[in-house]
Amino acid sequence: MSETTIERQSMEVDIVCVGFGPATGGFLTTLSRALQDPDKQSFLQSRVMPGMPLQVVCYERADDIGFGVSGVVTRAHGLRQSFPDLEPGEIPMSCPVTEEKLVYLKDPMGASRRPAGVKSIDVLLGTLRPIRARRDHAVELPHIPDFMSKEDGLVLSIGQFNQWVGSLLMSSGQVQIWPGMPVAKPLVEDSRVVGVRLVDQGTNLKGVPSEGYMPGMDVEAALTVVGDGPVGPVGRMLDEHFGMPAQDQRRDWAVGMKMVVDLPEHCRLEPGTVLHTLGYPEPEIFGFLYVMPERIASLGIFVPSWLDSPVRTSYRYLQHWMMHPYIWRYLEGGALRSWGAKTLQESGRRGEPHLVGHGFARIGEGSGSTNVLTGSGVDEAWTTGVQLGEGVIELLRDGKPFTRENLEGAYVRRRRDSWVEKEARVAEKARDGFQRGFASGLLGMGLSGLSGGKLNVSSGKGKGREGVPSLEEYYEGRIDPERIQKIRRETAAARTSLHAALMEAAGWPPIPYDGKLLVSQQDALLIGGKVQAPPGYPDHVVFIYPSVCEGCASKLCIEICSGEAITPGEGGGLPEFDREKCVHCGACVWNCEEENIEFRAGAGGLHSAEN
Amino acid sequence: MTSGFHIVVCGSLVPDPLQTLEPVQGPGGPGLKNEMMLPSVLDPWAAHALYEAAHLAKQTPDSRVWLVSLGPKARLQQLMMSIAQKAAFQLVAVDGSASGFTDCYDVAAVLAEAIEGIEGLDRSRLLLFGGRSSASRDAGVTMQMVGERLGISEQFLAVDKLEARSDGSLRVLERVEGGRYLASVCDGPPLVCAWSTGELPEPPNNPQIGMQNMRAIMPALQKARTVQVGAAGTDYRSVEVPRQRRDTRVVKMRRSTKSPARSSSGSGAEHGESPLPSTHTRRRHVTQSGPGSLDRRSPGLGGGERWEL
Repeated sequence: MSETTIERQSMEVDIVCVGFGPATGGFLTTLSRALQDPDKQSFLQSRVMPGMPLQVVCYERADDIGFGVSGVVTRAHGLRQSFPDLEPGEIPMSCPVTEEKLVYLKDPMGASRRPAGVKSIDVLLGTLRPIRARRDHAVELPHIPDFMSKEDGLVLSIGQFNQWVGSLLMSSGQVQIWPGMPVAKPLVEDSRVVGVRLVDQGTNLKGVPSEGYMPGMDVEAALTVVGDGPVGPVGRMLDEHFGMPAQDQRRDWAVGMKMVVDLPEHCRLEPGTVLHTLGYPEPEIFGFLYVMPERIASLGIFVPSWLDSPVRTSYRYLQHWMMHPYIWRYLEGGALRSWGAKTLQESGRRGEPHLVGHGFARIGEGSGSTNVLTGSGVDEAWTTGVQLGEGVIELLRDGKPFTRENLEGAYVRRRRDSWVEKEARVAEKARDGFQRGFASGLLGMGLSGLSGGKLNVSSGKGKGREGVPSLEEYYEGRIDPERIQKIRRETAAARTSLHAALMEAAGWPPIPYDGKLLVSQQDALLIGGKVQAPPGYPDHVVFIYPSVCEGCASKLCIEICSGEAITPGEGGGLPEFDREKCVHCGACVWNCEEENIEFRAGAGGLHSAEN
Repeated sequence: MTSGFHIVVCGSLVPDPLQTLEPVQGPGGPGLKNEMMLPSVLDPWAAHALYEAAHLAKQTPDSRVWLVSLGPKARLQQLMMSIAQKAAFQLVAVDGSASGFTDCYDVAAVLAEAIEGIEGLDRSRLLLFGGRSSASRDAGVTMQMVGERLGISEQFLAVDKLEARSDGSLRVLERVEGGRYLASVCDGPPLVCAWSTGELPEPPNNPQIGMQNMRAIMPALQKARTVQVGAAGTDYRSVEVPRQRRDTRVVKMRRSTKSPARSSSGSGAEHGESPLPSTHTRRRHVTQSGPGSLDRRSPGLGGGERWEL
């Protein structure tokens, strides 16, 4: 079938939103309330459908608005401003924070990399509560800094929260939200965004039209609201087209991998208990455990880009973290309910793109709203959406078009004047120290937090993505180069990733699968992720230049892949991508040292609404 | 006389089959653990019915499609977000339980009543569609009961194809045992089709259709009547969800010579699959001899029925 035989259709709306997450939820909530306000209806009229109210439509990539996101603990400042009478019980799986602990985990296995600085911390903290620390290999820190504390906050499942918000929005009848509809790209004319193009449907994996081909529709709008997250293709295309503001850059990322677990009967953790951990399975990996109602826990780890391991693997590290004696005493006997992973844009304010331009505005995590110092992103994302909503209402009231200048005045000004910006400025350099090492990183976070951002530890030369060492360098003194070569050959022949064999060679014990909570990564996909890949769409992960991949020695994309969707290709050359295993976390993009992976808009992914 | 059909599709939500389903006994009777948190999809059998209805309506001028959905209003609203871009329809919503523990008889009564209340529905042009196993715990009885309540005696179960022919008659293919089809022909509507998988793929999402549908969907949801269809007073002694069965059998055949034309996984025949099903054709000629009575006559075999193999 020829693409040219089928005409691409177009449709006009007033506002089109890309991605439905907390930020777009905040935006649409603000707008839909105004649309229901009789005092505001006169100026919230559609320009494209005269006589009708403003036509607002949102397209979400995932198959449902509650799929593929994360559990969080949040101070909920912004959420409570939007919902002053919010009762946590209204939202399934949510509850108030009742207890919060910051726990330093020592290494009971002797397998993690612990430089001298980390060993000093181990010893120092071990003196705080020596008996308990020896038994649990962990130290509960006596104080949680105010900047990290989530006291009076909420534990939430963002999947359930999104469903709750989406249901309120849809019942208002004022806005339309369409899941299962990926947006391929922004439509840009003369430096003005005039809408979006939806993905083509009815194609083969390479995007070639096949049976049932329907070219993606052009949805034209006076305002395009981009809230498609940290690795959303529309946001990244805007970054490419318009560039980043001077001084701003995106260097720090992380994969957040989590599970939702039915806690065992013997677990005495109360709903609302929040545990933050650091120090294990590698010093750079932070962990979390949030207890929800009905003996359910949301738990996981963050694997950051400044973990300089060439065999980054979130899943294997997650299992070792769960089996740490301090954590395992709560989890042993539990069962996996749900599993998932996502990328976090950890550059925060410093990774902020152009927030507005002619005809578009950026909100949420992709707009640099995540705060890595306070460990908070949902509340900030929601608030940026609310701020844009208020700005849009103001512009419509004043009859002003959505130009860059007007959006600067109405939205960016609100954001700059708010707590989101103030806290983001404090956090801006908070994690730079981690580029020098774990101990420097902790010191830097402490300094930034306690001094209000006035004191920081600089990043020095910086390792991060640019500085990932070779396998031989990383395992120097722990695995001899010949053995590494042997493992390379064996895994290439078996077409599996390297990390399992290398980690075991480095002293990490095999995982004792129990079939309930400790399961293979593929079982996690089946039991917890329920990944779907509908037919009729092109592959969304594309290796741009095969020769570049063939010459790539590290192939971090394979090691980091959350769903084992990227595997070694034949002969260890070009990797292969199986989208039926892809959870759309986007980690492959920022882990590709050659920037040779294109992460496009794709349908499907996780089918769990509990994350 | 117009040739268009008035197609009513009965279809509601079921939990996303990818979720882990666990039956529990609650104060109001049996249910699924965390049922309100489970994402929903349109019952896959009914989804086929809807897609077939939309396709038939598109091929037949002056046709209309209604979707009659019985389910919790809030969840129906969410379901509409995922299906309203697939096919053009008018929603008739009824607010009630859509769990696996409703009573088929009550469900059929509610659906029939909702259909009778559809304004502008011409019952002489009615094609009543639904899923073969919908709302019946796989018993396949609900659509039959809805049809009976509406006085439709031409009923077809496990339908894979409905062909509207130029003379106004309708040819229906029903699945029968042995991987074969039973082909029937009737003069025209009204009839009941409880669909199997049909022959159409899931249609692509069409944003324009979605926008048009949604304008009428929200008012339909707002005026949804609340009904009781639970099996009140029924004592469920034990409850279990269908077990996931994996009966995959891989038969590897050793070949003496390597054939470049075949992949290593082999062809379907190598895996022991059946050849394509052959088709039985059963002609059921229907003439209406009086109000409510039907006289079925064989066109050729002296009182019997002709089977074409």
